[in-house]
Amino acid sequence: MTEIPAAPQRRLRVLAAMSGGVDSAVAAARAAEAGHDVTGVHLALSANPQSFRTGARGCCTIEDSRDARRAADVIGIPFYVWDLADRFREDVVEDFVAEYEAGRTPNPCLRCNEKIKFAALLDKALALGFDAVATGHYAQVVTDADGNRELHRASDMAKDQSYVLGVLDERQLAHALFPLGDTVTTKDEIRAEAERRGLAVAKKPDSHDICFIADGDTQGFLANRLGKAEGDIVDESGAKLGTHEGAYGYTIGQRKGLRIGTPAPDGKPRYVLDISPVNNTVTVGPLEALDVSALTAIKPRWCGTAPTGPGTYTAQLRAHGDETPVRAELVDGTLHVTFDEPVRGVAPGQAIVLYAGTRVVGSATIATTERATAAA
Amino acid sequence: MAYLDHAATTPMLPEAVEAMTTQLTVVGNASSLHAAGRRARRTVEEARETLAEALGARPSEVVFTSGGTEADNLAVKGLYWARRAADPARTRVLASPVEHHAVLDAVHWLGEHEGATVEYLPVDRYGRVHPEVLRAAIERNPADVALATVMWANNEIGTVMPVRELADVAAEFDVPLHADAVQAFGQLPVDFGASGLAAMTVSGHKVGGPYGIGALLLGREYSPVPVLHGGGQERHVRSGTLDVPAVAAFAVAGRIAAERRERYAQEIGGLRDELLDAVRAAAPDAILGGDPAPAGPDTLGRLPANAHFTFPGCEGDSLLLLLDAQGIECSTGSACTAGVAQPSHVLLATGIDPDLARGTLRFSLGHTTTRADIEAVAKAIGPAVERARSAGLS
Repeated sequence: MTEIPAAPQRRLRVLAAMSGGVDSAVAAARAAEAGHDVTGVHLALSANPQSFRTGARGCCTIEDSRDARRAADVIGIPFYVWDLADRFREDVVEDFVAEYEAGRTPNPCLRCNEKIKFAALLDKALALGFDAVATGHYAQVVTDADGNRELHRASDMAKDQSYVLGVLDERQLAHALFPLGDTVTTKDEIRAEAERRGLAVAKKPDSHDICFIADGDTQGFLANRLGKAEGDIVDESGAKLGTHEGAYGYTIGQRKGLRIGTPAPDGKPRYVLDISPVNNTVTVGPLEALDVSALTAIKPRWCGTAPTGPGTYTAQLRAHGDETPVRAELVDGTLHVTFDEPVRGVAPGQAIVLYAGTRVVGSATIATTERATAAA
Repeated sequence: MAYLDHAATTPMLPEAVEAMTTQLTVVGNASSLHAAGRRARRTVEEARETLAEALGARPSEVVFTSGGTEADNLAVKGLYWARRAADPARTRVLASPVEHHAVLDAVHWLGEHEGATVEYLPVDRYGRVHPEVLRAAIERNPADVALATVMWANNEIGTVMPVRELADVAAEFDVPLHADAVQAFGQLPVDFGASGLAAMTVSGHKVGGPYGIGALLLGREYSPVPVLHGGGQERHVRSGTLDVPAVAAFAVAGRIAAERRERYAQEIGGLRDELLDAVRAAAPDAILGGDPAPAGPDTLGRLPANAHFTFPGCEGDSLLLLLDAQGIECSTGSACTAGVAQPSHVLLATGIDPDLARGTLRFSLGHTTTRADIEAVAKAIGPAVERARSAGLS
């Protein structure tokens, strides 16, 4: 009945990060089936894990920890819970709050992959004698002719999660295993595979949004952390149109919820163009003013060797976003990116991930943007 | 595979398995009046007599429960409610801070919900409550003490308590003293009658009996308010149809544990000492938890089957993972909240630094332990400690 799995090239000691969801459970099962020596670990990332809640989502609940353990037991691998709550709070949650406070729009999943899953967790795993960390991400690590590790998009573009892994450097990639990356499949098929493997998480709902904001209310979370800070909503000329209760509640490109009484002179909808934490103002304007022709990005991370000189790439600016052609050059540690065609809704704090074909070249954090049509 | 977690649970004795399987095939509710009921009742009462004899108690002092946790809850809550009902001033509960959670959480609950004032008795660096400490606590106001509870021997670090002396102090003030003797039974001479205790907890699966069965030894003059209400079985303090197969098997295991105890304690103590030496040789900075002296006629010492170590700079979980990968099964000895290891309340009570308290391992030996198990630990522990230390504290 069951085919004997082909012996892997090398039997690795693998630490499988198991969130309690279906993807990471199937990933761990595949790693074990491939003949690796797999140990499951659930990361306790919240200092006060919530007890059982109906419809619990994300990675911070006792229920998720139990689901992960249940899956590990079925796969037949040891399972541990590691408490990385302190590191997670410092490196991800506080960074998230500080970024919003500074008027930027962070992506905590990238930060978590960079600082927790493939840093704190990986370092501990390596120290304990593991060879690799496996996760349920949809992305591929391939080894080129020279033995260098490359990160590539998943076989299935619809599932691809390479964007949130664009922060991994060569060393991190050398120890990363993504057993789902070469799967061209629908979520239903992964669920069917989980079911076939007897994993009870097969029917578990997907996690959404940000795992440390359990109710999904990011604005409420930020308001609670940062407090009310009333300020002005102004147009491009600086004229006051309304007030807000905290600039952190706005994202560049946002249209809804601005609550501006005065209509625009041209009657067209207005969008958030700029957030200035210094004078606590939110600037709004017409759609065209959102067009960005170039940007600079800091803290570059290269998934392999850093490129030298200018190059042409495609860029992705948000998870599940489209690719857009760019020219990019690293100058004194800052990445200068020019878009072939203007792009809309680019917010400082977001990550720009550069691709060469399916290969992930690297990523950087957007610092400044240059508008295609100069704001008045 | 080296199974060194017998304090968590130990394999059933073949004799207990036989007694259990025999009883599983016959019908009978021990409360029924017909022949099947009478037969079941006879089995239960014989088991009660057997267990009473093994524990130096009278048969009527044996109250069967679903296990150690229920017996602890019945003793602590039941005695508290009964004593408070008799005199509303008696709301003070004295407890050692190194109790098992079945006691600790029960007294905490009384404090949160039943108006109890819980006072934790200071322990020495071995986790031991001294009689004068109990005396001082009671003397602060003898009229308001509901009960005291101090375990016979600690499940994590193995330290044995001066039960007889503590009971003498409690008796002077007519304060009922309960002891959780789950770990002591089978390793130490446990004589309920001679102990002077008001109540004492024992459990089946720690002495080679089945899971899901235990008993509260309860002095005849005590009538705790029941936790479970129902048909009035077990002196009306613990309702519920008796699990005849489990009761019978528990009695067999308890009898054998008591009969073999002296020789067993000597043999297992010898193996344990070899384990202590092996660990110290491989990891010279390992700190032995609990009283280093062996239990003996003149010393309280530690449980003969217990070895507990703290490894500075190591995470207990890391050690567990590394040893598990080598087929060595032991425990960190600390409690879990959502699976996240917390520093042990027992170690913290002994005054150890909280960071140190994260790097603990408990090896608990049992009736299936062999020298090969000890040799496996001797071989694996050095590299495991070295590796865990390099992984550090996360």
